[in-house]
Amino acid sequence: MAEYRFTDEQNQLRDAVRKFSADHFSEEKVRQLMESDPPFDPKVWARLGGELGVLGLSVPEADGGVGGTLVDQAVAIEELGARLACGPLFGTVYLAIPALVAASSGPARDELLGDLIEGRRTAAAAVVDRAGVFDPDAVTVTADGDALSGTVTQVVDGGIADVLLVAARGSDGVALYAVDTEVAGVQRTPLATLDLTRSEANVTFSDAPAQVIAGPDETARILDYALQVGAALLAVEQVGAAQHLLDLSVEYAKSRLQFGRPIGSFQGVKHRLADLLVDVEHARSTAYHAIWALTDGSDDPALATSVAQAVCSAALSHVATDAIQVHGGIGFTWEHQAHLYYKRAATDAVLLGGAEEHRDRVAAMVLDGATIDRVPWVADGTAV
Amino acid sequence: MSNHADAERVAERARGVVADHDPKTVPIPDYLGACYDAGLSWVHFPEGLGGLGVSRGLQAVADRILQGAGGPVPLGLNPMGYGMAAPTIREHAQSEDVKRQWLRPLATTEDLWCQLFSEPGAGSDLAGLATSAVRDGGEWVINGQKVWTSLAHRARWGLLLARSNPDVPKHKGLSYFVIDMHGAGVETRPLRQLTGQAEFNEVYFTDARIPDKHRLGDVGNGWNVAMTTLMNERTALGGSGSRRGAGTIADATALWASRPERQTPVLRDRLTQLWLRSEAQRLTSERSRAAATVGGPGPEGSIGKLVGAELNQHIYQWCMDFLGPEGLLYRGYEQGAATGERDWQGPIQQKFLRSRANTIEGGTSEVMRNILGERILGLPGDMRADAGMPWKEIPRG
Repeated sequence: MAEYRFTDEQNQLRDAVRKFSADHFSEEKVRQLMESDPPFDPKVWARLGGELGVLGLSVPEADGGVGGTLVDQAVAIEELGARLACGPLFGTVYLAIPALVAASSGPARDELLGDLIEGRRTAAAAVVDRAGVFDPDAVTVTADGDALSGTVTQVVDGGIADVLLVAARGSDGVALYAVDTEVAGVQRTPLATLDLTRSEANVTFSDAPAQVIAGPDETARILDYALQVGAALLAVEQVGAAQHLLDLSVEYAKSRLQFGRPIGSFQGVKHRLADLLVDVEHARSTAYHAIWALTDGSDDPALATSVAQAVCSAALSHVATDAIQVHGGIGFTWEHQAHLYYKRAATDAVLLGGAEEHRDRVAAMVLDGATIDRVPWVADGTAV
Repeated sequence: MSNHADAERVAERARGVVADHDPKTVPIPDYLGACYDAGLSWVHFPEGLGGLGVSRGLQAVADRILQGAGGPVPLGLNPMGYGMAAPTIREHAQSEDVKRQWLRPLATTEDLWCQLFSEPGAGSDLAGLATSAVRDGGEWVINGQKVWTSLAHRARWGLLLARSNPDVPKHKGLSYFVIDMHGAGVETRPLRQLTGQAEFNEVYFTDARIPDKHRLGDVGNGWNVAMTTLMNERTALGGSGSRRGAGTIADATALWASRPERQTPVLRDRLTQLWLRSEAQRLTSERSRAAATVGGPGPEGSIGKLVGAELNQHIYQWCMDFLGPEGLLYRGYEQGAATGERDWQGPIQQKFLRSRANTIEGGTSEVMRNILGERILGLPGDMRADAGMPWKEIPRG
């Protein structure tokens, strides 16, 4: 499975998801859903799981999945991201399913994983991360036996999920729990968000009954892995959205006439779009490299995902900004779709760590403590 | 034959060459001649012309073995020969005899090649060039001036684009030739650049003569032939090493590590941004290569020249900012010239100066962005004031 080579099956999967998205996540549908309560269509979600089977593509067959790879999952996410597909993808597909896959088998974990893959239930992760890395010291929820108490703020998809995965500190340390959001003891406060297509909620647990998914011995490993997979899939989503915006802007530059000619014939516009093409291609290369690194271990996943997040967050933000500029006045209207992507770009740039935080992490890995194997020649003012 | 069997055949031939000609002891021309005879110079070329008629991607199989055994990188020894002349000759030379006459000495590096395209009045607008080619029986008579010709003083052959018909629109009146750089009427003068070195030359033609059999492609079709050359040039310029952190960025990261007292958080973040862009471009080249082995080269390939040129400039600008007062020192502008040392072999400050040319040579960044916009994104071309005009009526200056 050589890096960057997609199989025929993966290309077919891409076509299938693209078609499904065109039918169910058209701009009109997305606008309808984002102002509904809940802000997604549970029936369409169930079809994504049960019919199309794209919610748990990399789950092993033994765990009820189709035994595909993370590359398959990425291909599907790129297409869903291109359409700003509404639903708890971030909570369920990016974080909860990878966490459950990494956890040891057990009745609670197996049943939940099966339901999430099939689209029968949805999930969100009430886990505080520091720029995409799990930090046990940041856990504020406490566990008293199987009862959780505490508050987690700004849980993505937290207001619409059926189940919350929660990192909570008990007497033995931090463990991972699953909490049904409908039970007494869970209070969710939906938040008004910049991006209407990706919701957040504050969640307060008051002696909420929970099921243990993983003990303190494996929780950190599970969440580190889930956050890395989440960062890589988020990067792929950014690639999908960026490509969509670039296509949209190029089409507009070809058809919009000013001074008697298409605006795309002016170098000021053309060169801006050429730069966006470079950004999109760079983003795609780094996002899929991270996916492959997590799939076959060909690279350090911590470095690969930080590179992808640093590059893809900056790329989508740049593309979304310039897409509005290329569209001119119409791009600033509510009626035009550019703002939906601009707001998603702002959201994605922050989730699981911003570009600056990931750059700092990359610097720590490749610059700090770097040793010199060859000192570059610097002229010293001596004419030899 | 399957790709796998081809790969094995290429590898076997390469191992054979290395076994019979130890690159550490055999003179370079003999060694590269053996590579040519074994069909390993350009594996996708036909047999008998330095190739084996197999897929281009398999060149890497041969190079890994040949260069792994300590053999030279021929593109570095005869850059215009290997990178541009060979593919153009293969595609457009008139006869097999001429191809054979040129390709083997090119491959051995006994004959170096140069490219005679740019003129003082024709840079980005290459098709507007003025050097004339006038037919005289079985020969062509050449008059005019070329500029920015690297290796002209050492080259035996030159790839020449000249105007054979001034009465038609500019792209239609060009023809493409191979000229003997040792012939009468060809004068080469070094051109000193702002680094102090003279890597390039000006070449003057005064009634220089070329036999018609040394014309590549049809009369008036020179522009299309030149495109073969230029596409190969940009691929060569844009190609980068496949190892993480290698290439230009390695100068900056090594400099960073060598002077802890100069390190600041702002310079650290700037360097990280450059490192990330280098890494993203490296991965994009990898992806381009993966796509090239399953289909044609993807859009990723054309991006390399643009990004690589700007990265070089930004990286050496960073180096200068990092060095502070130390960067103001030099080693004298007369140094290195006598030994034929290249700018890229000089100190950081010299590389900083040399990098200014990166966004001009081999297609300016403005032209590269036009290419990305028009050929890849499909945006409409700019308005051209000289569209359809016979070349001789176009204003020049």
